[in-house]
Amino acid sequence: MTENNGQGDRAASKAHADLHQDELQTASGTVKLKVFRGDGEGGEEVEYEIPAVEGMVVLDAVLTVQALQAPDLAVRWNCKAAHCGSCSAEINGKPKLLCKTRVEEYEGQEIRVHPMRAFPVVKDLVSDVKWNYEVSRSITPFTTDEQAPFIMYEEDVERLYEPKRCIECFMCQDVCHVLRTHHKYPEFAGPRFFVRTQWLEMHPKDTESRLGDLKEEHGLGFCNITKCCTEVCPVDIKITDNSIIPLKERVADEYYDPAKWLMRKIRGRRSPKTGEILGRNGG
Amino acid sequence: MERDGGVNGARDRHEVNEHDVLIIGAGGAGLRAAIAATQVGLSVGVVTKSLLGKAHTVMAEGGIAAAVGNVDPDDSWRQHFIDTLKSGKFINDWRMAEIFTKEAPDRVIELEQWGALFNRTNEGKISQRPFGAHTYRRLCHVGDRTGLEMIRTLQEKVLATGAKVYMETTVTKLLKKDDRVVGALAYTRESGKFIHFKAKAVVMATGGWGRIYKVTSNSWEGTGDGVILAYNAGAELMDMEMVQFHPTGMVWPPGVRGLLVTEGVRGEGGVLRNSEGERYMENYDAERMELSSRDVVARANYTEVTEGRGSEHGGVYLDITHLGYNNILKKLPTMYEQFKNLADIDITKAPMEVFPTIHYTMGGIKVDPETCATNVPGLFAAGEVAGGLHGANRLGGNSLSDLLVFGRRAGEGAAAYVEESDHSTEIEAFEVDAEKRRVLEPLEKPEGDSDENPYTIQQELQEAMMEHANLMRNENSLKEGLGKVLALKERLGNVKVKGSTLFNPGWHTSMDVYHLVQVSEIILRCALERTERRGAQWRLDYDGPDEELGKINLITRKDQQGEVDIEKREIPEMPGHLAELFEKEKVS
Repeated sequence: MTENNGQGDRAASKAHADLHQDELQTASGTVKLKVFRGDGEGGEEVEYEIPAVEGMVVLDAVLTVQALQAPDLAVRWNCKAAHCGSCSAEINGKPKLLCKTRVEEYEGQEIRVHPMRAFPVVKDLVSDVKWNYEVSRSITPFTTDEQAPFIMYEEDVERLYEPKRCIECFMCQDVCHVLRTHHKYPEFAGPRFFVRTQWLEMHPKDTESRLGDLKEEHGLGFCNITKCCTEVCPVDIKITDNSIIPLKERVADEYYDPAKWLMRKIRGRRSPKTGEILGRNGG
Repeated sequence: MERDGGVNGARDRHEVNEHDVLIIGAGGAGLRAAIAATQVGLSVGVVTKSLLGKAHTVMAEGGIAAAVGNVDPDDSWRQHFIDTLKSGKFINDWRMAEIFTKEAPDRVIELEQWGALFNRTNEGKISQRPFGAHTYRRLCHVGDRTGLEMIRTLQEKVLATGAKVYMETTVTKLLKKDDRVVGALAYTRESGKFIHFKAKAVVMATGGWGRIYKVTSNSWEGTGDGVILAYNAGAELMDMEMVQFHPTGMVWPPGVRGLLVTEGVRGEGGVLRNSEGERYMENYDAERMELSSRDVVARANYTEVTEGRGSEHGGVYLDITHLGYNNILKKLPTMYEQFKNLADIDITKAPMEVFPTIHYTMGGIKVDPETCATNVPGLFAAGEVAGGLHGANRLGGNSLSDLLVFGRRAGEGAAAYVEESDHSTEIEAFEVDAEKRRVLEPLEKPEGDSDENPYTIQQELQEAMMEHANLMRNENSLKEGLGKVLALKERLGNVKVKGSTLFNPGWHTSMDVYHLVQVSEIILRCALERTERRGAQWRLDYDGPDEELGKINLITRKDQQGEVDIEKREIPEMPGHLAELFEKEKVS
C-alpha cells in the first residue's frame, strides 16, 4: 500500500516539526519510509514518500508524513534534541531515538519504522510504556538521615553522574530479552531500574538498602549480562558493566557469602549501610 | 498512572475523578506544587499532556540560579534581586522577585535532600557557574543537564507520594460554579475518553507558548493551553508582549534549526564572532561582552546577520575550542553530542553556528506573590505560565528556581484555600456535555468544501508571528500581523479532522491551534500598546525606553463581548527596604 501525494494541496503543511514549506522546497530528492500503521489488534506497514531535506532525522520524516499525508499518524515526541527520551521506536528492528537518527545513515537501505516491541502497541508508533512507571514507584526512593546541604566531594560522587544521565527512553527495556522474549514483567524490573537502583545504592548519603528487593521483587538474577541494553543506550551508560554487575556483586556478597548467611540466621539481617538489624525477613 | 481508557468514542460516557487539588502540568512547577499539596495530606491529581518526566523543564541545561554563595561568598539575595530587576527593566513584580531571591537557596538545598546531585566545589559543596548578567557565579548545575536532574528528582519524589498522575491527558476547559473554578474537563490522548475532574482548587502549571513561532526551542507541548484556559475563565494576564529570544539556537542543518545551544557555553567562556572574525559584543556591551543579558546578546546576533556579517548558514560563530577537549566533555557533554550527532561538527575543534531562537515567555497569568492565587477564586498559577517575576527579560537560570519557589507556594496556596472552603464542586451536566460536543466537533462534523487542515492554520500562524512579532517590532508590521491572526481566527471554525479519537494527532492539533491563535492575538495587541524599547519588547519605531511606560504593566482580560481588553496598570511603589538597594548600588 502506497500513499504518495499530498504535496501542493491544502494539506501540504506541517505543524509539529520544524521543517516548513520553504525548507521542503529546498529538498533534494525524496525519502521513502515504511511506517507501521495499526493498533493492539494488528496492522501493516504503509510506504510513504516525502521530500528529503539535508540533515533531516527520522522524526522529521515521520512528522512530515503526518503533516502532508497522514494527520492521524500517532508518534510520541517532545524535545527533538535527544534530552527527553520520548520518541523511542524501532528502525529496521533496532531501538532508536527517532530525533537522533539521521535519514542519511540509511542511504541505500530501507527505512522501516515500528513501535517498541516489548510493550503493547497503542497505535502506530506509540506503545504503552506505563508499566515502567509502576516499577519506578516500587523502588525505595532516596532516603537519608542527614540534613542537606551535604558535604560530598567530586571523587565520591563522580561515578553517580553516569546512571543519573538516563533519559528514560526505555529502549534498554525494549531490547532486553528477559522482557522482550520472556515477558517477565511482574518479576523483572529491567535495566532502566537497575541503573536507578545503582545510583541510589552508591549515593554516599543514602541509608536504605535495596539489595533484598533487587534479589526478590526486581529479579536481578534473571539478567545474564548479554549487554544488549548497553548497546542501545542513547546516552552511553555502560548499563551492564557499571550498573548491573556491581549490583549483582553486592547481592552476592550479601546473600551468598556463607559467613553472612550464618550471621543472618542467628541475628537477623543487618542493613549493609547502617549496620542496623532489620529483622530476619529483610528490611 | 491513569492513562488507558477502555471507553473509545467518548460520545456518551465519561469518567469522573475527584481531587482536592488538580494540578495541570507536570514540569518543575506542577510537580513541586504536587509535592507541597500532598505533604499536607490532600488528595492531588496531576494532569500532563506527555509522559511523566518529559516536560520542557528537561531541556534546561545551564543551571538553577540561587544566591547560595558557595563559590562567591559575597553573593546575597539582595544582589540577586538587583540583577533580576535590572534585567527585567523594572517592570517585574518586586514582591515576587523578593520572595524568589530569598527562597531560591532553600529550594535548591531541598532538591539535594531529595537525592538530586549537583557538581561539587573543592570544599564538597554545590558548585555554581557564571551566567549572563548575574553579578556573581550563581547557577547550581550538573554539567549541562540540570533540568533533567531537577525533573527526575521531583518526579521520583511525586511517585513516592499518593498523588495520582494522569499521563497523556489534555485539559480543554476549566469548569466554574458561582465564579469559582471547581474542576476541568480533559480527554486522554490514548483513547479519547473524557474525564471530568472535580477539584476544589486548580493549579495551572502548563508552561509557555513558544510554538506560536516557526523557529523555536520549544517542544510540541508549548501551545499556550494553560494561559488561554485561564484567560477564558476570567483570569488577568500581564505583560504578554514580553517574549524571550534565546541568543543561541542551532541554524544548521534545517532539521535542527532553533534547537537550543545552552548559555552555559558562554558561561564557560564561549566567544561570539562574526564572519569577519570580529568579537562584536564589544560594540554592544563592552563591559559584560558575551555574558550580557539575553535581550542584548540576541539583538546583537540578529543585527550582525541582518547587516551582512553572518556565517555560511545565516548565523554567527560561537567558539569554545579554547576550553580544550577534556574540559568541553566534562562541562558541556550534551552540547558536544548534539553538534556531533546532528550537525557533524566537533565543537572541540570548530565553532558552532548560532542564531536567536524563541525560548521563553515572560508574560503570563497575574498572580498574588504570596499564594500564587489568580483573580479567579480557586485558580492558582506557577512557573512559565505565570507572569510578573521576570519583567521585560528573564535572566538565565532564574526559570528553574522560579519553578521551585512558586511551584511550592502555589501548592501550599491551593492547599490553604481548600482547607478554608467547603464549597461544592458539582456543576450542571449540560456544561460537561456542551464542552464534549465542542471538542469532538472537528472530528464529527460532516466534510465540506470549506474544511481546513489544523496543521495549515498552525503553520500560517507560526510564519505570521515569525515575520511580525519577532525580536524587532514596529507598528505597521504588528498591525499587519494582527490582521493575519484575526483572519486565521475566523477560519478556526472550519477545522475538520479525520480518523477516530484513538491517539489522533490531527484531532489534538485542532484543539492546540485554538490556543495558539488566541495567545498570538493577545501578544500582538500588547506589543502595539507598549510603544517603547524595553527588554524583549524592541519597537524600531521608538527611540528608547519611555519613562511613563516603565511605571506600568499591561493587564489583559477577556471582556464581556469576548474581546481582548488591555489596561495600563500602575506598578505599586517599591517599599523602602528594596528601593534603597538600588541607592546603595549607585554609590558603590
